[in-house]
Amino acid sequence: MYEHDLLIIGAGLAGLRAAVEGVRGGADVAVVTKVHPVRSHSNAAQGGINAPLTDRGDDWEGHALDTIKGSDYLADQDAVELMSREAGRAVIELEHMGVIFSRDEEGRLGTRRFGGQKVARTFFVGAITGSALLHVLYEQALKYGLRVYEEWFVTSLIKEDGQVRGAVVLDIKTGELHTIRAKAVIIAAGGAGRVFEPSTNAIICTGDGMALAWRAGAPMMDMEMIQYHPTTLARTGILMSEAARGEGAYLLNKDGDRFMKTYAPDYLELASRDVVSRSEQTEINEGRGIDGNVLLDMRHLGREFIEERLGYLQEVAVEFLGMDLANDPVPIRPGMHYIMGGTKTDMDGCTEVPGLYAAGETANVSVHGANRLGANSLLDTIVFGRRAAEHALDYMKTVNGTSRDESQLEDDKRRLQDLLDRPQGLRSAAVRHEMAEAMTDGIGVFRDQDSMERAEAAVKRSREQFADVSVQDKGKTFNTDLMFALELDYMIDCAEAVCAGALARKESRGAHFRTDITERDDENWLKHTLVYQSEDGPRVETLPVTITNWAPEKRVY
Amino acid sequence: MQANLTVRRYDPDASPPRKWDQDYSLDVLDSFTVLDALIQIREEIDGTLTLRCACRASICGSCAMRVNGRARLACKTRIAELAPKGERLLIEPMGNQPVIKDLVVDLDTFFNQIKRVDPYLKPDAIPEEGEFIASGDSMTNLLGVMNCIMCGACVSDCTVLEVDDRFIGPAALAKAYRFAGDPRDDQTAERLTKLNDEHGGIWDCTRCFQCVEVCPKDVAPMDRIMELRDMAIESGNRNTSGYRHTESFVNSVRRHGRVDETRLAVDSLGWTNVPALIKEAPIAINALIKGKLPSPIPHKAEDHKAIQKIVEKAEGKS
Repeated sequence: MYEHDLLIIGAGLAGLRAAVEGVRGGADVAVVTKVHPVRSHSNAAQGGINAPLTDRGDDWEGHALDTIKGSDYLADQDAVELMSREAGRAVIELEHMGVIFSRDEEGRLGTRRFGGQKVARTFFVGAITGSALLHVLYEQALKYGLRVYEEWFVTSLIKEDGQVRGAVVLDIKTGELHTIRAKAVIIAAGGAGRVFEPSTNAIICTGDGMALAWRAGAPMMDMEMIQYHPTTLARTGILMSEAARGEGAYLLNKDGDRFMKTYAPDYLELASRDVVSRSEQTEINEGRGIDGNVLLDMRHLGREFIEERLGYLQEVAVEFLGMDLANDPVPIRPGMHYIMGGTKTDMDGCTEVPGLYAAGETANVSVHGANRLGANSLLDTIVFGRRAAEHALDYMKTVNGTSRDESQLEDDKRRLQDLLDRPQGLRSAAVRHEMAEAMTDGIGVFRDQDSMERAEAAVKRSREQFADVSVQDKGKTFNTDLMFALELDYMIDCAEAVCAGALARKESRGAHFRTDITERDDENWLKHTLVYQSEDGPRVETLPVTITNWAPEKRVY
Repeated sequence: MQANLTVRRYDPDASPPRKWDQDYSLDVLDSFTVLDALIQIREEIDGTLTLRCACRASICGSCAMRVNGRARLACKTRIAELAPKGERLLIEPMGNQPVIKDLVVDLDTFFNQIKRVDPYLKPDAIPEEGEFIASGDSMTNLLGVMNCIMCGACVSDCTVLEVDDRFIGPAALAKAYRFAGDPRDDQTAERLTKLNDEHGGIWDCTRCFQCVEVCPKDVAPMDRIMELRDMAIESGNRNTSGYRHTESFVNSVRRHGRVDETRLAVDSLGWTNVPALIKEAPIAINALIKGKLPSPIPHKAEDHKAIQKIVEKAEGKS
C-alpha cells in the first residue's frame, strides 16, 4: 500500500499543472499515469492557447463572448468569465516556466488567429503547442522531484463514508495490483475519443477518468456534445490543425469554390468548428466533395511560411499522405476530435463526490458548452488544473487519518483474475470497433432520433458482449491485452452516457445537430444534461445553464 | 498488398524467459504504416504481441522500434516504402535499453540521462510583469530541439552508448542545448562547464552521425552536441582532450595543410600527461610494427599556402 496527500490520475497538461500546484503548496503529491507523462495526449494539441492579454489591447470580455457564442450559449458564463480573466496569467506563467512561444518583432509573445474569434489571441509554438507545453510541464515535474507512477493503470477509485480516498492501481510492468491511498483525488485522465471510430484521438483516450468518476457517483454532463474537427485525414482520423486556416488556408469543394462563403460569409473558414464541419458535411452529402472529402488548400501561403509556422502539418502531409502542402491541396473531412462533455465539476474542479476532483478534458466545468473554440482546451487544462489542486489543498486539511481497508483491492484482484481465467471468447478490439463505428454513424455531425437509437442499441449490445470478452495474453508482465479489455469497459460507460444525453436533448445546439429537430430551443433546453449511473442504466437529469452578462442570441458567423 | 513481418519477441514470464522470432503475414492497405500492421496483428491475430503506441501521428514518441535494423517510429514508417513487394520486414525492440517484453523496452535509461542535464529553465528571476523579452530568432533556433519527442531512437542506435553506458547520450545532450541556448536561462556557464567536465559529456560523442540519421523529428542531436562544444570552448572550457584535439587539428592544418596524426594524438592527451601517454604506447608500438605509424616528421601538403588561406578565412568568419 502506498499513501500520499493528493493523488492525481493522468499526467497530461491538466494533471501536471495540478501536480505542480500541489507540490508548491507543500503537499505530498503523486501522479499515476498509464503512459509516461510525455506520451499523454495533450501532445496532440497543435494550434495554440487562447489568452486575451490586456497589455496587447485585448480584453477578457471579448474572449468570454467569443467562447460563449462558440458554445452556442450552453457554457456556464461565470466559469467562462473566470477562465477568460485567468487566461493571461496562465500563458505568462507557462512562458516563465520555459515554453518557447513564437515571438513578434519586439521579442514579445506573438499570436495567430483561430476559429470563432476575430481577434488574434492564440499564442503558439509552431504547430506543436501542446507538445511544447507538455514537455515544459514535465520539466517542472522533474524540477520538483514529483512522484510519478509511470505506466500504472487505475482499476477503481476507493470510496469510504461517501468520500473518495484513493485508487486501486495496476502496475502494468509487473502485473501487480496496489492500493494508493490519498486524502483527495484529481482525475485529469483526458477524453474518450476512442469511443468513436475514426477519431483524431490517441489510442489511449478511452474515457477511463470519466468512467471512474461515474462509478463513484459523479455524473457526466452534456456528453452529447461531441466535437467533430473540420480538418482530419480520412482513414486514420489524424488531425490537421486549425492553425492552417488560422494562418489563411482555404477550404475548397470539388469545383474549387471556397464554399464557406455560403455558410459563414463573415468568418469564412474561421467560423466555429461545429459550423465548419456541418458545412463540409453538407458539401459532401450534396455531391460537391471528392470521395467523401473536401480540400484544405495552403498553396498560396508559400513553402517558407508553411515550413516555419506549420512545420508539423507539412510533416503529416509528407509522411502520411505523400503530399506537399506547398503544391497540393489536402483531402480532409470532419472527424471526431473532442468531448465538450465530461465529469461535471464546479469552477474549483469539485465533482459531486467529496474528495474527488476532475480537470481537463475529463471534466466539464462547463466552459465549452455545445462547441469548444480551438485553443481553448489548453487554456482549460492550465486554469482548471491549477484551481483543482488549490481547492484540494484546502480540502485535505479537513481530512483525518486513513483506513487500511483493502477490500477494493481484493475485489479488483478477483475481477481481473476472472477476466484472465476466461478461456476463450470475444476479442475486446472487435467489440470496440463495432461499437465505435456505430457511435460515429449514429451520433455524428448530423443525427436524428433513429440514428441515435441505433447507436444506443449498439452500445447495449457491446455491454452484453463484454461479458464474453477474453484475454489472450495470460502473462503478468506488461499485459496490454488485459488493459485493453479494462479500457473497453470504461468506453462502454462513456458511450452509454453519450447516447443518454443525446437522446434526451430534444433540440439542435452547437455540435448536437438533429436533422429531425433543427432549431435551438432556449425556452426548454437552455440546460445541461446530467447522466448518472444507476442499476437500471443511465439516469438523465437536467440543470439550468448559468447566464450572467450575455443573453442568448442567434448565432451567425 | 501483403505485409510480411518478422517480430523479435521476448516473453519474460515463460520459465526460463523465452526469446524467439515470429513471422506474421497479413493483407494491408497501401497506406499502412508498420504501426497499423502491428495493431492489426495484436487485435486480430495475436493478442499477446506487446508494443507501446498512442498518438499514431509521430508526436507522442511511444512507438520507436527497430525496423530492418534501424530505429524508427513505427507510426511514421510506411510499409510500401520499405517493402513494396511484400519483402519481409524485421521488427525488433530498440537497442541500448533493456527489453521488458516483445517490443517494449525499459526507458529508465533514457529518462535518467535526461535528468542528468537539469532539464528545466533556470532564470535568476522572472519578470514582475509580462513575459521575458527574447528575440524571435533565438526562440526559432530552439524550435528544432523542441521537436524532440523523447522517443529514444537516437539512444537506441547511438554507437557510444553501445560501449559506454556513462555517456549522457544524444537526446539528453540535445535537451541540454535547449537550455544552454535559451537567452532566458541564467545558468549557461555552469551548464557548459558541467557538460564539458563530466565523464560522458559533450566530448564523448564520436560524431558517427547515427543519431542524426535515425531521429524521426530532425532534431539532429549530434549537431547540437557540436554547438555545445563550441559554446563550451567559447566560454573558456579548454581543459579537455577534446579541446586540445580541436586546437591541434586546426594548428596542424594551418601549418602543414594536412593533419599531423602523431602530434594530434599527443596534443590531445597532453604533453605532460605521462600516464595517458604510457597507456597509449602499446598502440603506437603495434602500429609501428604493422607499418601504420604515421611519420613523426609531418609532410607539408603541396598547396598548403592555399589551405592556409582557407583556414584564415574560416577563422575570420567565426
